[in-house]
Amino acid sequence: MIRLFLTALMAVLFLSSPALSQNSETDELGPIQSILQTHFELVESASRRTVQTVLDDLAAAELPEVPAFLERWQARELYLHEESGLFVYVSDEDADPLVMIDIDTGAEIGTAGSREIDQLRPNRGVQTVIGAALVEFQLLSPDIETRATALAAIDRAPEAEQMPLIATMIEAEADDDLRAQAEALLTRMTIAFGEDDAIRVTAIEALASNITVEARATLNPLLLTRREVAEALPDGINLAEVLEPGDDLTIDEAYEMLVDEDIAPPFFGPDELRDILIANIVDGEVAGIPVHTLDTDEAREVAYAALVEAGVAEPSLTADERAELVNAHVYYEEYRESSEAVTTAAVETLRSMNTRVQALEMVDLTLDGISLASIYFLAAIGLAITFGVMGVINMAHGEFIMMGAYTGYVVQTIVPDYTVSIIIALPLAFAITFGAGVAMERTVIRWLYSRPLETLLATFGISIALQQIVRQIFGAQARPFTAPDWLAGSLAFNDVVAISYIRIAIFVLGVIFFCLLWLILNKTRLGLEVRAVTQNPSMASSMGINPDRINMLTFGLGSGIAGIAGVAIGLFAQVTPELGANYIVQSFMTVVVGGVGNIFGTLAGASMIGFFQKGVEWLNPSNTLAAQTYMILFVILFIQFRPKGIVALKGRAAEM
Amino acid sequence: MGNLMKSNRSVPIVLGVLAGIALLVTILSEAYGTGALSTSLTKTLGMTVCLCIIALAMDMVWGYSGILSLGHFAFFALGGYMIGMWLMYARTEDVIAASLAQGQLPATPAELSDAIAVQIFGVVGGDSLPWMWAFSNSLLAQLALVVLVPGLLALVFGWLAFRSRVTGVYLSILTQAMTLALSLYLFQNDTGLRGNNGLSGLQNIPGAEAIPQSQISIWFLWASILALALAYVFAAWVMSGKFGNVIRGIRDDEARVRFLGYSVEGYKLFVFVVSGVMAGIAGALYYPQAGIINPDELAPIASIYLAVWVAIGGRGRLYGAIIGAAVVSLLSTWFTGGRAPDVNLGFYVVQWVDWWTVLLGLGFVLVTLFAPKGLGGLVDLISRKDAK
Repeated sequence: MIRLFLTALMAVLFLSSPALSQNSETDELGPIQSILQTHFELVESASRRTVQTVLDDLAAAELPEVPAFLERWQARELYLHEESGLFVYVSDEDADPLVMIDIDTGAEIGTAGSREIDQLRPNRGVQTVIGAALVEFQLLSPDIETRATALAAIDRAPEAEQMPLIATMIEAEADDDLRAQAEALLTRMTIAFGEDDAIRVTAIEALASNITVEARATLNPLLLTRREVAEALPDGINLAEVLEPGDDLTIDEAYEMLVDEDIAPPFFGPDELRDILIANIVDGEVAGIPVHTLDTDEAREVAYAALVEAGVAEPSLTADERAELVNAHVYYEEYRESSEAVTTAAVETLRSMNTRVQALEMVDLTLDGISLASIYFLAAIGLAITFGVMGVINMAHGEFIMMGAYTGYVVQTIVPDYTVSIIIALPLAFAITFGAGVAMERTVIRWLYSRPLETLLATFGISIALQQIVRQIFGAQARPFTAPDWLAGSLAFNDVVAISYIRIAIFVLGVIFFCLLWLILNKTRLGLEVRAVTQNPSMASSMGINPDRINMLTFGLGSGIAGIAGVAIGLFAQVTPELGANYIVQSFMTVVVGGVGNIFGTLAGASMIGFFQKGVEWLNPSNTLAAQTYMILFVILFIQFRPKGIVALKGRAAEM
Repeated sequence: MGNLMKSNRSVPIVLGVLAGIALLVTILSEAYGTGALSTSLTKTLGMTVCLCIIALAMDMVWGYSGILSLGHFAFFALGGYMIGMWLMYARTEDVIAASLAQGQLPATPAELSDAIAVQIFGVVGGDSLPWMWAFSNSLLAQLALVVLVPGLLALVFGWLAFRSRVTGVYLSILTQAMTLALSLYLFQNDTGLRGNNGLSGLQNIPGAEAIPQSQISIWFLWASILALALAYVFAAWVMSGKFGNVIRGIRDDEARVRFLGYSVEGYKLFVFVVSGVMAGIAGALYYPQAGIINPDELAPIASIYLAVWVAIGGRGRLYGAIIGAAVVSLLSTWFTGGRAPDVNLGFYVVQWVDWWTVLLGLGFVLVTLFAPKGLGGLVDLISRKDAK
């Protein structure tokens, strides 16, 4: 009885799994191999309908090696060793004998001749099923990289069948970013593949609060239209717009559509007419008309009419006939998407998105305006002291900015650490330009206090000399002056609103300068003396103030600040000898518009100019030249109405 | 006129010198003389004479009226653009007509103008003539525009600025802003004057293809010298007599002249517009000799240089402006043309092509500090000796 039972058992085992009975290593089969052996037939001759059973078992086993195995199976890299009945990989498919590799451990388990081993060739259907399973594995993989890659792969070529997989993934996903991505993708897929309009419309409407570029890009394809022409407006189309000839499209375009649809005969414009005439030149004449007379459109039409009469050319419609034909048809734009509910929802949603985007663009524009204003402010603040407070027209102010930027560059070539080099460069730039300013004041400017316009000429001479000397030393090409890493990149609030860290830093620097200067001018002894000397030098000197010393220090301070501004500007602008010259006119305008004699004016001037320029750029994007032009025109006009600037000094101080 | 000759002794002298230069250059020229003076040098001289005209115009507003304009090259370049439009259109028309004549059918007017537009504006992606080219086929119209456009700009700008009593440094900065705005505007490709490509090939005078450049350069030199002579006489006439006195009064104390009942704004505006028109005419003579004009010509720095020429020559005297412009621009050409010998300092070789700008800049400083009357001050020294 027992013997019989054992025999029967052996028989069953033998039939279902030949490998078990023949292989001495039966007990040590790897987990994947065991599953495969359990479904031997289904694996060996896999079909699309049945292979899912194997895949389900593999999935249930929750083994980390399964995705790699599926990939190789799908890629037809799985082999069957006939003798042992084991599924194996081979190390090199062209070798003979082939080296077999265990699918679970990856260890070599012997060799076999090419006739003893069969390659499994899952057909396309099976490959697809395996692929789907593979994606599921990857989407649920514990490794976040794998999940992200799988999601990106689906994003590139989405298919309707993958939607449940993504839904499963979203439930299990732990990473917030990735889940958000998956949800966005699922929304897009729902919109594209959703079963009925209600589902798609819901998905579209869910996007309304989303302002990413991708979300907008999702909806745009839904609203693609094609231009059609018909005798009457057909029913049952998803109409976008009816086009009026002569209004929405030109008569020529409309006629062109009729010609394309073979509704109307081709029309011969001037170019075609000319070609026809040229083709019919006989002995210097066209239909008996001498060629040299055909130098007007009218003459050509006459010749053409003669050709038609002679039966040589095809008649063309007259303008009236064309217009009549054009008006006998309707022209319309039809959505490629057939569902009206979907397109309506998309239009509505896009509209509300655009409203939000526009509001955010205003915020972004404001940030841009602040940032541009702080650049202008920084460039002009030194001038606000030398020109605004002292009344000296220093055309070399721009060159002090340029020297500051070059100081930054030189320090960076010596000190390789970007952060340290900037910390060194800021005071060094101040020291250098302070020195240069003091030297200039002592040697040139102090002789010219009574002749302000001539200061302009002398400092212009210094300006071009400095520019050329720097060009001699450093060359005319731009020098690299790089911001440290913590200033690279930008602070992005969302897809629309972003601001770079350098610009934030410049804003902060501008605020610091403003506060510092205000304190110096209004709360220190030096500031008091500066104001006294600029208002009335002789009275100040009779009060025991040395005007020479004060003038020297004030000019040095203004120049030194220009140097620091140069370091900041050099971080985002090209460090060239012309760096400063590019800012000089704008800087003077900033000070003049703001009102001379106090730094609040400069702040107001820089803000107004910065915001105005950004505003114009917003109205007319991609054209910064135009924005600058209009900004300058605005300044010229503004000065007509407030010649003393925005913040005009009153009383004694105004009579400088 | 006779009075003018007597009252302003510089007029006959300057006219005589100009006639002498014209004669000398002609004798030395390639076309009519010994050929010692190359055509390119003749052109340089002709262009320098045009720069003298704009310096004269500058001296009228700055030296006499106290308005330091730092935007005079806007007028100069506008004059150049206006004549350049005709030169470019007419020349292109000739070329296009010749090439269309090769076709089997004679071209219609529409075909001709389309082809011209594409030829001129293809480089900035245009295929039709902008509105401002409406008169470009007519030399007379464009000549009128040479006067009208800079004049109108000067009138509008001057009216706005003087009316609101913007003076001194503020006015200088505004004029600088004006030329910068115009230059930035012209730099745009879609504003109808070919963006940063500018107008080119202006040395080819339509209808004069057969005449060699050596002759044309002499003709332009004569025309420029004649224009300078006329401008000089005109400026001397305007600045003499009562009008000149009022203008100088405004320069020295604007408020007092106003209190005396003169319309200060009117006087200033008149001088400013006349000066702008003179600058425009100078530009119209300059750019056919230069051959090309682009928005770089309007850069504020050019106008500052102009002020410096006048300062170096000696402002407030008309011949000073001419001397300054001629001396500085000819020296610049000489130094930057590679003709000046290098100076070997032993440890460093000074190449003037590079170091000329430094020398020039420091020269400005020295002249401003030590010779506020400029080179014209030398004339005072000489005439004072004569008086003794």
